[in-house]
Amino acid sequence: MNRHRIQRLGFVLVGCASLLVTAPILLVVASIVVRGASAIDWEFLSTMPSQGMKAGGILPAIVGTLWLLGGTALICIPVGVGGAIYLAEYARDTWFTRAIRLAIVNLAGIPSIVYGLFGLGLFVLFLRLGTSILAASLTLAIMTIPVITSTSEEAIRAVPVEFRTVSASLGGTRWQGIRRIVLPQALPGIITGIILGLLRAAGETAPILFTGAAFFLPRLPRTLLDPTMALPYHLYVITTQVPGMPQQVQYGTALILLLLVLSLNVIATVIRSYFRRRRQW
Amino acid sequence: MVTDAEGLLKHKICIDNLHYSYGDEEVLKGINLDIPARAVTVLFGPAGGGKTTLLRLINRLNDMVDGTKMTGTIRLDGQDIYAPGTEISSLRRRVGMVFALPLPLPGTIRENVLYGPRLAGMKDAAQCEEILSRSLQQAAIWDEVKDRLDDAAHRLSGGQQQRLCIARSLALEPEVLLLDEPTSGLDPISTAKVEESLFALRRDYTIVIVPHSVQQAARVADYAAFFLMGELIEHGPDKQLFTAPKEPKTEEYVTGRFG
Repeated sequence: MNRHRIQRLGFVLVGCASLLVTAPILLVVASIVVRGASAIDWEFLSTMPSQGMKAGGILPAIVGTLWLLGGTALICIPVGVGGAIYLAEYARDTWFTRAIRLAIVNLAGIPSIVYGLFGLGLFVLFLRLGTSILAASLTLAIMTIPVITSTSEEAIRAVPVEFRTVSASLGGTRWQGIRRIVLPQALPGIITGIILGLLRAAGETAPILFTGAAFFLPRLPRTLLDPTMALPYHLYVITTQVPGMPQQVQYGTALILLLLVLSLNVIATVIRSYFRRRRQW
Repeated sequence: MVTDAEGLLKHKICIDNLHYSYGDEEVLKGINLDIPARAVTVLFGPAGGGKTTLLRLINRLNDMVDGTKMTGTIRLDGQDIYAPGTEISSLRRRVGMVFALPLPLPGTIRENVLYGPRLAGMKDAAQCEEILSRSLQQAAIWDEVKDRLDDAAHRLSGGQQQRLCIARSLALEPEVLLLDEPTSGLDPISTAKVEESLFALRRDYTIVIVPHSVQQAARVADYAAFFLMGELIEHGPDKQLFTAPKEPKTEEYVTGRFG
């Protein structure tokens, strides 16, 4: 074989590889859409489950997931972004900050069921929050914070250091420079990180399994201390725990979860590209 | 240059026995220099002489750098600027700085000029407008931007950006203006415009400039100081250093034998 043929063969192989990467995603999405789309109507989205969850809608699971997302966001955004600002702008290179960074990197690799057990031990039992939205949100938040901190820190560090110098030279304090120049410029990156972190939280079952998710509840949650149904857990329940479940309902639920996650993803992408075009350096 | 009743030079900044090092590397080795008020002082010499470091010490920008060591004093109007309790923000408002590369902040021309005054608490709209037109006029860029003050600053040409940066410093009505090779990235026409604006400012401000060439040093200097490898070799008024230097090293440098 001459080198041109080898090159062509190489192209074909890497092309196939990239096809193999995308094909499963397309197949999964397509099969869920095909089998689940017919289940989705207004009633499916807006009513409580009935007849042992085999009929009716999935309203409490949707509402519950939104509660969990809201609770998680309230906790993980201030902590995650605050930590990122500290690490990027104030922390010096000491053994302590190196330990924090190491912890963040490693936290991202911990299996989610471990977070679930940790949440059970700390929030549900020790802090006596019970299985509740609050306990589940806290658990999801500690899983999400490392993602938000590392992406936000990266976004903050990407803002040229010269802007801080200029701000200081014009009589600005360090915080004024961060507040007025650095954070606005880093915001798209920070928002993207937040959304990607929440995205992961939205789809997780294991962390909420013992901390706040309920098999079935006849009413919507009213306070943060109520347990709640949630889309990923509901999906797990109706696919494995309920015999004779109509397939349509299962795929319909999966499709709703997929749409929720996908729309968050699209929002993140739009924000990122919008601000990248407007970037001024 | 301003002189007192006895005909002595009035000094704005007095630097005494200043040593400065980054880690183990000493970049300023015992500098003694008095900088005259309301005049253009040039600090010149080959790269690595410590000129930029000296500039950044005068408004304490080097406070942001870790692992440095300083001895000696820098006094502004007789006040030690490194004395404990010095308000660094207000010092930097009195001592403005223009950097080698034009660095407009993200935002409009207007936001750039008013950045400093707003941080200092300026809110009055009429006063802001006044600051805007005064400082842009002083930096000789008003005519070019007066109709598009709300355009993004980074869309201006390099020369315009640098004059905008000068205007941004002037907006705070500083007493001292430090310029670190302000024309190094500019074409000759823009350079001439920046020098022109400096020329107009020299009677009202104490200007300390690191020029980007010996020619520029000679063109703008009321007072000149020659730095070599962290040492101040020679300093003196007017064009003396360029026409009749006392030190052989100065002569060698200004006549282009090294550098």
